[in-house]
Amino acid sequence: MWQNIKDFAADFFVTGDPLIYGADVAIVLTMSAIVFVLTYFKKWKWLWTEWLTTVDHKRIGIMYVIASLLMLFRGGMDALLMRTQLVMPEMEFLSPEHYNEIFTTHGVIMILFMAMPLMFGLFNLVVPLQIGARDVAFPFLNSLSFWLFFAGAMLFNISFVIGGSPNAGWLAYPPLSGTMFNPGVGQDFYIWGIQISGIGSLATGINFIVTILKMRAPGMKLMKMPMFSWSVLGSCLAIILAFPILTVTLALSFIDRYFGAHFFTLDGGGNPMMYINLIWMWGHPEVYIVVLPAFGIFSEIVATFARKKLFGYKSMVFAIMAISVVSFITWAHHFFTMGSGADVNAFFAVSTMIIAIPTGVKVFNWIFTMFKGKVSFETPMLWTVLGFIPCFVVGGMTGVMLSVAPADFQFHNSYFLIAHFHQTLIGGVVFGYIAGLVYWWPKVFGFKLNEKLGKWSFWFWNIGFYVCFMPQYVVGLMGMTRRVSTYSWDSGWWGLNLVSTIGGFLMGAGFLIMVWQILHSIKFMERDTTGDPWNGRTLEWSIPSPAPMYNFARTPVVEHLDDWWEKKQRKAKGEPEKPLAPLEPIHMPKNSGIPIIMSGFWFLAGFGLVFDWLWMAIPGFLGVFACMFAHSFNYDTDYYIPVDEIERTEAAARGTV
Amino acid sequence: MKRGYRRLAATISLAAMAVMLAGCGDKMGVLNPKGTVGKEQLDLIMISTVLCLIIVVPTIVMAFWIAWKYRIKRKQKADYDPEWSHSTKIEAFMWGIPVLIIIVLAGVTIHYTYKLEPSKPLESEHEPITIQVASLDWKWLFLYPEQGIATVNYLQFPEDVPVRFELTSDAPMNSFWIPQLGGQIYTMSGMAMKLHLIADEPGEYYGSGANFSGEHFGEMNFIAKATSQEEFDQWVQEVKDGSEALTQEGYNELALPGVTEELSFSSFPEGLFDWIVVKYGSGGHSGHSATEAESDSAESGEGSDEHAGHAAALPAGQSETETGSEQHAHH
Repeated sequence: MWQNIKDFAADFFVTGDPLIYGADVAIVLTMSAIVFVLTYFKKWKWLWTEWLTTVDHKRIGIMYVIASLLMLFRGGMDALLMRTQLVMPEMEFLSPEHYNEIFTTHGVIMILFMAMPLMFGLFNLVVPLQIGARDVAFPFLNSLSFWLFFAGAMLFNISFVIGGSPNAGWLAYPPLSGTMFNPGVGQDFYIWGIQISGIGSLATGINFIVTILKMRAPGMKLMKMPMFSWSVLGSCLAIILAFPILTVTLALSFIDRYFGAHFFTLDGGGNPMMYINLIWMWGHPEVYIVVLPAFGIFSEIVATFARKKLFGYKSMVFAIMAISVVSFITWAHHFFTMGSGADVNAFFAVSTMIIAIPTGVKVFNWIFTMFKGKVSFETPMLWTVLGFIPCFVVGGMTGVMLSVAPADFQFHNSYFLIAHFHQTLIGGVVFGYIAGLVYWWPKVFGFKLNEKLGKWSFWFWNIGFYVCFMPQYVVGLMGMTRRVSTYSWDSGWWGLNLVSTIGGFLMGAGFLIMVWQILHSIKFMERDTTGDPWNGRTLEWSIPSPAPMYNFARTPVVEHLDDWWEKKQRKAKGEPEKPLAPLEPIHMPKNSGIPIIMSGFWFLAGFGLVFDWLWMAIPGFLGVFACMFAHSFNYDTDYYIPVDEIERTEAAARGTV
Repeated sequence: MKRGYRRLAATISLAAMAVMLAGCGDKMGVLNPKGTVGKEQLDLIMISTVLCLIIVVPTIVMAFWIAWKYRIKRKQKADYDPEWSHSTKIEAFMWGIPVLIIIVLAGVTIHYTYKLEPSKPLESEHEPITIQVASLDWKWLFLYPEQGIATVNYLQFPEDVPVRFELTSDAPMNSFWIPQLGGQIYTMSGMAMKLHLIADEPGEYYGSGANFSGEHFGEMNFIAKATSQEEFDQWVQEVKDGSEALTQEGYNELALPGVTEELSFSSFPEGLFDWIVVKYGSGGHSGHSATEAESDSAESGEGSDEHAGHAAALPAGQSETETGSEQHAHH
């Protein structure tokens, strides 16, 4: 009996690596500390009723942001481990196998469990406020989306200490990811972690499309909608077209692994190339899905801090939509070297280059928004003008270089490529989301983040970025290929790799300063009582910070693009304000425990399938159906906030009690 | 304060450049090509870089200049115009110039895409030499069908003679890349790809697998040595005289996952390359082998399911690495 348990544990837990034992201890200690604190301060009930069961988009947004920052830490640690391994030739810090696992989890976590949830967090925090809505279209579904992401992310992350991590790269090309070359459970964690959170992503896409199309405040025509909301719409349209492809692809590869089918296997008529086409038909739009909202954020920030209307609004809208459409016909540029022939390569080369046109136009638009403005450089603007624009322009340029198919034969799979996509993803997505987070922080929490620490963080991130990735372009041209865990002394790559590693650690320092900035600001920053600390232009700045539960006490009526700015202008000119409509009771959704419980069952089902334990998977799926059933027959899902309570809340929020 | 940052940045980048240059010289790979294909690819890289820079440099300069000129603290504030948000002239320029540049670049790209299509034979006064390449777990096998010899992780061929590589894989997909000679092509199981390269001068060129293929993928490097025809012939003779033969059993063992040193073999089983290709063929169609398929058309990848007709001609000796493709081949 004891022997059986020991054998099981040796298989079940990842063993043999001191780094992992360290992580085990850290995980146990952290979990115990959390449980202790919650119990000691009697916070369990508060946690459950106020947060875990909430359907309030703002709270869901905050939970997304917290989870994604934790994932940024995890993915960042992976990055630093890799850079440490590559700091000098023939380094023996990580074994090749461990290295493969780390670059796989780094890629998956950064794209799917960091960028996506941070993006969804910003959607949730901003979009309903920006379009003058009380909530998203489907608040219950919104909560479910979050918990599905969370369950998927946790399932993916525990592979690190239980069972073993996936090791076939972030897109898990078969046959390497098939049972023939990958019999362990790592790849199953990959399939189910992504699959479960992917359902949540698809639901969020649908939710925000409906929210934006159906729930805008009266008077807000589509062409009067703020640019961030436009970019969210573009991104969500791409989500609902791209994510079903991912779902099917993962499902087929699950059928291959679990039932021994031959969709993507080497033998039995399987076609691994089919998987590569399918995964990139999702994967390419995916990078535009995450970068479009960043474009929206930059548009809001540039207009606000230049104190001027956004230049070329119609161009911007057209560019966003063009990018989200064209991104679907460029996928084969990820494998020009597959020998599809000159016709195919020429088509995909040109379609890829075409994306540079609307993207370039957007950059010009931001620049001309500053023209004849009054530009100030608070942290969000610093990220935009000094961080994002030069970085993204150069990253875009190397992207165009990569799209030149015959030249790509020399860039493909080299560090040149690595440098390119980190430049667009960090320079575009990460810089954008950080800028957005700093910009909307006072709206969400009611106080600004510390500017001085923010600027320190900015410089560490930025200098670190260039020190880290510029050498990688060069070392790629010298012939260093991606995903090598070691290189030789006579390759001549040492110096560049050393510099790159230093840059990686500088960015790590930037992250730590950012965390310090947040903690410091929570403790010391003054409350913002205006609700409009940046002198903003759009609706979200017209209400108190943090926004009350119901967002708008009275449904706003919109007349202009940048309606709040126009209202402030009129007020400054001394024009009389319109009389306020009387308050009415507000219809709100009720909290629900079903999303978190249902996601728990999804987790069980996923975990059971990973380990081939049907005794766990089947009850897991039954639980999922039971939750659906329970929710279908729940008619008690909403309530009204009475007028006197709204009056009290408003008075308190505006400090007039 | 800011000046401090800038100095730090400048110092770091200078130090970085010094370290870079120290290690360079002949290690510059793509930037120091030694063959026609690599040279044309470098030309193309240069053309596309310059075309991009035409638009990138002014953009970055303009971004900084406008941000600085209209900063809030400057003295003159007369031209603040918060309503100015449209100019047809500017918009025409900012759509027009990128469109023009992309049209030019697309033209150049399409031209080179056909010109440098890797399956297209190179023009040369010399007859091409054929080398068959198979990526294994985790090593490169090179077969010389005309010379009858085989090597592992080592490649030699005469300079100035076009080399016609035929590539496949008996393991997860990889990518065959000798940066100084020219761009890479995937090696995929069940397919025979073609890649034509040439070395203009003698030398030892670094080659590697560029597509991740599992645990020891990082050790799949090889030397590609270009020599004079005499030296090459001499080397072939030495290999023929001084090495063992590669048998089917030997191959099966070699194909097992693992890392090896450079190896050479005086002979190899006839049709080994075709056998590797058809091993993973999906079956169904009768077809012809990769070496018979002399079409040299752009569609070199289409061989995937045309090889099953040869399944009957498989050499004997199925090994434990066999994947059971025979059981699944439908006829």
